[in-house]
Amino acid sequence: MNIEISNGRIVDPQRGVNRIASLFIADGRIVGNEVPDGFVADRRIDAAGCVVCPGLIDLGARLTSIEAELAAAVAGGVTSVVVPPDADPPLDEPELADRLVHRGQEIGKARVLPLGALTLGLKGERLAELAGLKKAGCVAFSQANAPMVDTEALLRAMEYAATFGFAVWLQPQDHWLARNGFAHAGEVASRLGLSGIPVAAETIAIATIVQLARDTGCRVHLTRLSSAAGATQVAEAQAEGLPITCDVGVHHLLLSEHDIGFFNPHARFVPPLRSQRDREALSAAVAAGLAAICSDHTPLGADDKLLPFGEAKPGASGLETLLPLTLKWAAAAGVDLPRALARITAAPATILGLPAAHLAPGAVADICIFDPAAEWQLSADSLKSRGKNSPWLGQALAGKVKATLVGGRVAFAG
Amino acid sequence: MSNPQLNDKGELSHLLSIEGLPPHILTQILDTAESFMEVSARDVKKVPLLRGKSVFNLFFENSTRTRTTFEIAAKRLSADVINLDINKSSTAKGETLLDTIDNLCAMHANLFVVRHAASGAPYLIAEHLRRSGRDDVHVVNAGDGRHAHPTQGLLDMYTIRHYKKDFTQLCVAIVGDILHSRVARSDIHALTTLGVPEVRAIGPQTLLPKHLDKLGVHVFHDMDEGLRDCDVVIMLRLQNERMNGALLPSAGEYFRHFGLTPQKLALAKPDAIVMHPGPMNRGVEIHSAVADGPQAVILPQVTFGIAVRMAVMSIVAGN
Repeated sequence: MNIEISNGRIVDPQRGVNRIASLFIADGRIVGNEVPDGFVADRRIDAAGCVVCPGLIDLGARLTSIEAELAAAVAGGVTSVVVPPDADPPLDEPELADRLVHRGQEIGKARVLPLGALTLGLKGERLAELAGLKKAGCVAFSQANAPMVDTEALLRAMEYAATFGFAVWLQPQDHWLARNGFAHAGEVASRLGLSGIPVAAETIAIATIVQLARDTGCRVHLTRLSSAAGATQVAEAQAEGLPITCDVGVHHLLLSEHDIGFFNPHARFVPPLRSQRDREALSAAVAAGLAAICSDHTPLGADDKLLPFGEAKPGASGLETLLPLTLKWAAAAGVDLPRALARITAAPATILGLPAAHLAPGAVADICIFDPAAEWQLSADSLKSRGKNSPWLGQALAGKVKATLVGGRVAFAG
Repeated sequence: MSNPQLNDKGELSHLLSIEGLPPHILTQILDTAESFMEVSARDVKKVPLLRGKSVFNLFFENSTRTRTTFEIAAKRLSADVINLDINKSSTAKGETLLDTIDNLCAMHANLFVVRHAASGAPYLIAEHLRRSGRDDVHVVNAGDGRHAHPTQGLLDMYTIRHYKKDFTQLCVAIVGDILHSRVARSDIHALTTLGVPEVRAIGPQTLLPKHLDKLGVHVFHDMDEGLRDCDVVIMLRLQNERMNGALLPSAGEYFRHFGLTPQKLALAKPDAIVMHPGPMNRGVEIHSAVADGPQAVILPQVTFGIAVRMAVMSIVAGN
């Protein structure tokens, strides 16, 4: 199938391209900006006024109901989703990973990149069959938000992963400091009488992980940083030359503990939203290229948030708001469009060791086309995800996806 | 952020927290309570203000004492009172909090008095009522988790006003487990709202929440220093489960450092009053000589509590 995307603003952060041009696609790959000899478009997409960029790669999206969530992904311009292993059952056996990957291919929307469970049942005790999971399509190994209480087990897991060159993804939260809390141990938690999780829960975990990465040589990706101090630790580890990367959930770039207001359960996240100062430091770290941005998509049922703050489930539906919220962050932080898009395209591709996420001739045609100026109101009905849980419901967001191509096929057209 | 406690006219529709309430509403409640004090002294201790209205005491957490005072207050206002001990009924069968509320609304409840172990639960109920368009159903928070116990805060203010008249010259010390105390949080908001210039918190670091300074409170870890020249001393109950563990080594060591003895009380002003929300742990946070001494106003607090709860219920259900 031949596709012509005409007259859009091509923004390709990896190659430093930012100009108005057309893009020609044949056989699932990008051919170039000039019409090739004998090219007859089977489909033309008018992209005038729109941005044409590499498809978004989301480093964390839960696919509770896989069809709906993959449809949500492409509706949000996301062409690849990294799926954490905390599904039911946890993704700790090669057959489960195999089944998930195949189901994703059958559905044919966004690409599914599963994270295998690092330990059986995510219990933090016995190693899962990492090599088998890898063969079944897992891109790395993770405990999701489940704790790794036993430091020796963590050391062994990292040694074992390093043996095969596998990356380990860890959510840095000290189990003991985090287990009873559900909000940042700051002024809001003190005022509302919510039990708090101190920043030390993150910094202690990062210190442990960094030391073990130093000792084992294991590649580590830290998911969902929440604090200024945590970002500093990662920057120091990177400066030391350790193979450590990280990401930040987009909500942590825009919201802080103050958004809990009067116990708004939609402001409950793992890790918790922290102080304004932490939010600003995370924003600066992301702007400086330290971290990728992800949606941390967590679709929940309607009842999961109709509970007192501490009993409500944490997380927000995020695949369809990753792009507009990243744009919102970029506008507030004074980050230009190519640099902002790099955080959700090229940066996650690098973390995953994927070749794609650019629009050079020969690249796989995973493409997002969006109107950066189009405003829309986020409502439960507007979300394709089963999860209608978002702190942004009822708010106007700028940036609407017009079409999403996965492997040169139109997977979504708005 | 609009205040979910107030209606469109800025009147009190729910009492969820002292935080965010303007001083004139607190004063209105205290003045109304004062007018009710006389009712309790009558032979026929009733006024017809809530006649025909149904007050549901929804206690998701046990508290005979607080529930009883609400029950008495509602009966003196001529309301019909229904006590629901939720622990043993619907939620044990898996019904959600909001399902319970919907069911009771269908029974034409007018006012819910809610005690819940989770901070913020009464907000959830008030928000649910607002969304369902039930503006005629009201919520009074009778204690939610560690967050707030606004009627206790108000009865504490009533007590202070009764004995000290003017809030704007006072030094008030709150002593003990502030971290886990909804009473302390409500007292702090009420005191700062009513213009008390010096609010102190005294306790070990393990029992004080962080960032208390942001609430306008001066923190002391040395009780002698903290009590010096105070006009009012509010002692907090130390829960049994806090006494021996990671927060405190023992009740004995706690009493030696933070228990209120006659010697320590002597550091406060000679006419200082001693308050306690009850129930007291004698010999843990307070010495019997103080609890039973001339400066203690702990039993008058209980009496004032009924008038204050009558005031709150008549105001929210009357608005």
